[in-house]
Amino acid sequence: MAERSDTPLIEVENLGVRLNTSRGPAQAVRGVSFALKRGETLGLVGESGCGKSVTALSLMGLLPDSAVVTGSIKLDADELVGLADADYCRLRGNRISMIFQEPMTALNPMHTIGNQVAEPLRRHKNYSAAQARKEAIALLDRVGLPDPARRVDAYPHQFSGGQRQRITIAMALACEPDLLIADEPTTALDVTIQGQILDLIADLVEERGMSMILISHDLGVIAENVQRMMVMYGGTVVESGPTGEVFRRMGHPYTQGLFRARPKLGARKGTRLKTISGTVPELADLPSGCTFSDRCPLVIDQCRAALPPMVDVGPGHFARCIRTDVSMAERVGALTA
Amino acid sequence: MSTAPLLDVRDLEQRYTLPRESLFRPPGQVRALNGVSVQVRAGKSLGIVGESGSGKSTFARVVMALERPTAGHVALLGRDLNRLPADELRRARRDFQMVFQDPYGSLDPRQTIARIVAEPLTVLEGADRTTFRDRVAAVLRQVGLRDADMEKYPHEFSGGQRQRIAIARALITQPKLIVADEPVSALDVSVQAQVLNLMQDLQEQFGLSYILISHDLAVVDYLCDEVAVMYLGRIVEQGRPEDLFERGAHPYTRALLDAVPRARAGGGRRRRGAQAIASQSAAAAGCPYASRCALADQHCREVSPELRKVGEGHLAACHKAEAVMALPQAAMEG
Repeated sequence: MAERSDTPLIEVENLGVRLNTSRGPAQAVRGVSFALKRGETLGLVGESGCGKSVTALSLMGLLPDSAVVTGSIKLDADELVGLADADYCRLRGNRISMIFQEPMTALNPMHTIGNQVAEPLRRHKNYSAAQARKEAIALLDRVGLPDPARRVDAYPHQFSGGQRQRITIAMALACEPDLLIADEPTTALDVTIQGQILDLIADLVEERGMSMILISHDLGVIAENVQRMMVMYGGTVVESGPTGEVFRRMGHPYTQGLFRARPKLGARKGTRLKTISGTVPELADLPSGCTFSDRCPLVIDQCRAALPPMVDVGPGHFARCIRTDVSMAERVGALTA
Repeated sequence: MSTAPLLDVRDLEQRYTLPRESLFRPPGQVRALNGVSVQVRAGKSLGIVGESGSGKSTFARVVMALERPTAGHVALLGRDLNRLPADELRRARRDFQMVFQDPYGSLDPRQTIARIVAEPLTVLEGADRTTFRDRVAAVLRQVGLRDADMEKYPHEFSGGQRQRIAIARALITQPKLIVADEPVSALDVSVQAQVLNLMQDLQEQFGLSYILISHDLAVVDYLCDEVAVMYLGRIVEQGRPEDLFERGAHPYTRALLDAVPRARAGGGRRRRGAQAIASQSAAAAGCPYASRCALADQHCREVSPELRKVGEGHLAACHKAEAVMALPQAAMEG
C-alpha cells in the first residue's frame, strides 16, 4: 500500500448530520472537514452533545435511518455517504472498526469471548472455525489477556472491566483495519487501568500502521495520545491543529475555558476554578452565528451574525473565532504551568 | 486536635457473604472494609480516593448508616449511629446528608423540585409541606437556582442543575456533614467547575464538612483538607493533599498520581508498568499491595504494614515509606 501513502486514508468534506430528536430535527454536525493519512492519529475533544460521537458514527455508517447525512466521507477515495448497507457491512469491522465506551455492554453476554473475537474473521476473511479460533487466541494474547488458550471459552461476565475492554480491542483489531475509532475507550475504567489500555492502543496503532480517531472529553488523554486534535462545540469544529501546537497556544475561547475549568493537581484549596458560564446548549437551541456566542466572555455583536470562518493562527493550527487577536493575546495552555 | 471530632470512625469492618459455591465449604466473603479509622473535624473536608473495589462507596454507605458494619463504630457528634434506636437515628439524620453520583437517577422524575427538596424536612418535622416553601426557596437561591424552579420537574433541568437540586436537598436540614459520592463525575467539564465552586462556597458559608469520594485526584485536591487513599478496604495513606501529592509515601498513591494524563504540550506517551489487580476476598498475609508493588521484598510479603506516622499529620501503611518519600515526584501541572 506504499504507493497510496500520500493520498489520505479518510477524507471528510463538509460533513453535516441532521437527526430527529424529541424536539424536532436538529443539526448535530455541521461543516466538519478533516483528512487523515495512514498511521496518523486524530483526537476529537468536546463535551456531551458537541457532535463528536455522531461524527464517529457517521464514519461507521451506524447512524439511525432517519438521520440525514450531507457532504462527503471518502475512504481511499471511495465515497461512503449513501453507500448501501450491504456494502457498508463489508467495511465495518474489516477496514474501519470501533472501540466503544462501555466494555460492559459492548460484548454479547450470551457468546463466549472467543466466538466474538473470531466473528469478524469468519465473516470478512472466510476463516474456518479452527483457523479463526487459533487467530482469536493469538489476538487475545496480544492484547494482554492472561492465559488466553484456556479463557477463550469463557463468557464476558467472567472478566473485569479492564479485561473486557481488552477483549473489545481484540475484536476491533481482528481484521487489521485501516482505521480504528476509539470512542471514550477508557472513560468507564479506573485511572491506572486507563493508562494500560491507552498504552496498548498506542502500541497496536504503531505496530500495524493503522490510523486512529480517539474521542475523549479528557484534555489530558488527548494531549498524550494523538498527533492532531479537533475541539468540537455545538456540532462544529471550533479549533484544530497539531496537539502540541494547540496546547502551547489555545486559540478559541471555548478551548481555553475548557482548559481552565479543569481542577488541576497541585492547585491548592481556596483557589477558584474558572468556569464557563451557562450550560452546554441542546442541539435544538443552538444560537445563530458562533455556536459558543451565548457563553463566550469575548462575544461581540458580529459573533452572532454568522458562523465565523476557520482562521489560521499558527502552523497547521486553526480556530473558528473572529476574536483571536484578543483571545490569543493572553497565553493559555501548558506554559502557564 | 483539641476539640472532639465531628465524625469519629474506628476500626470499621464490613464483610459481605458471597453465594455458596459448595455444600461442604463455608461460603466465601468479600472484605469490603478492613479496619478503617478516620476522624473529620467540623468545617473540614476529607477526600477519599481509590480504584473501583477499594471500598470507598461501602465506607460512604456505612457512614451514612445505610448499612450496619460487621465490626467497628461510627460516631457523629459523639453518638454511635449503630446503637441509636431507629426513630432517634432518623432524627439524627438531619446532621448528615448525602449527594449521589448520578443526578439523573437520584431525583424522582414524578415530583416537583419543591417536593423533592422539602422531603427531608417533611420526614423530619412531619409538618405540612406548604409551610416549607420559604425554606425551599431560600435553599434553592443558595445553590444558584430561582424560586420559579420550584414548580418544575427534574427533566426540565440539565445535569449540573440537577446536581444543584440534589445539593439543595442535602442542605435543607442544615447538616453538619455532607457525604458526596462522586458528585461531579457525571457532569461535563465546564459544569463540573461550577458545582465544585458552589460546594466550596457553601462550605465557607455554613461551616459544613464534606466527605468527598472521588476517583479524580484533582477534584479531591481542590476541595479537601485531608485525603485518605484506600486500597482493598484499607487506608494505605492519609494526610494533607500537599503531603500526598508532593511527598507521597505509599507506592500506590504514586501509581495513582502517575497514571493521571497531563494536559500539556509535548506530553507524549509516558509508559506505565503493567499492574495486576489483587483479589478482595483473600485475606493473605503481608502487604495487600505487595503483588503490584515494584519495591516489595520478602518482608513486605510476610508482614502486613500498619498505618503509621511518617510526617506531621501524614500516615502511611508501607514498610518503605521513607524510601518512597525520597523518590522524586512526577511533575505537577499548573
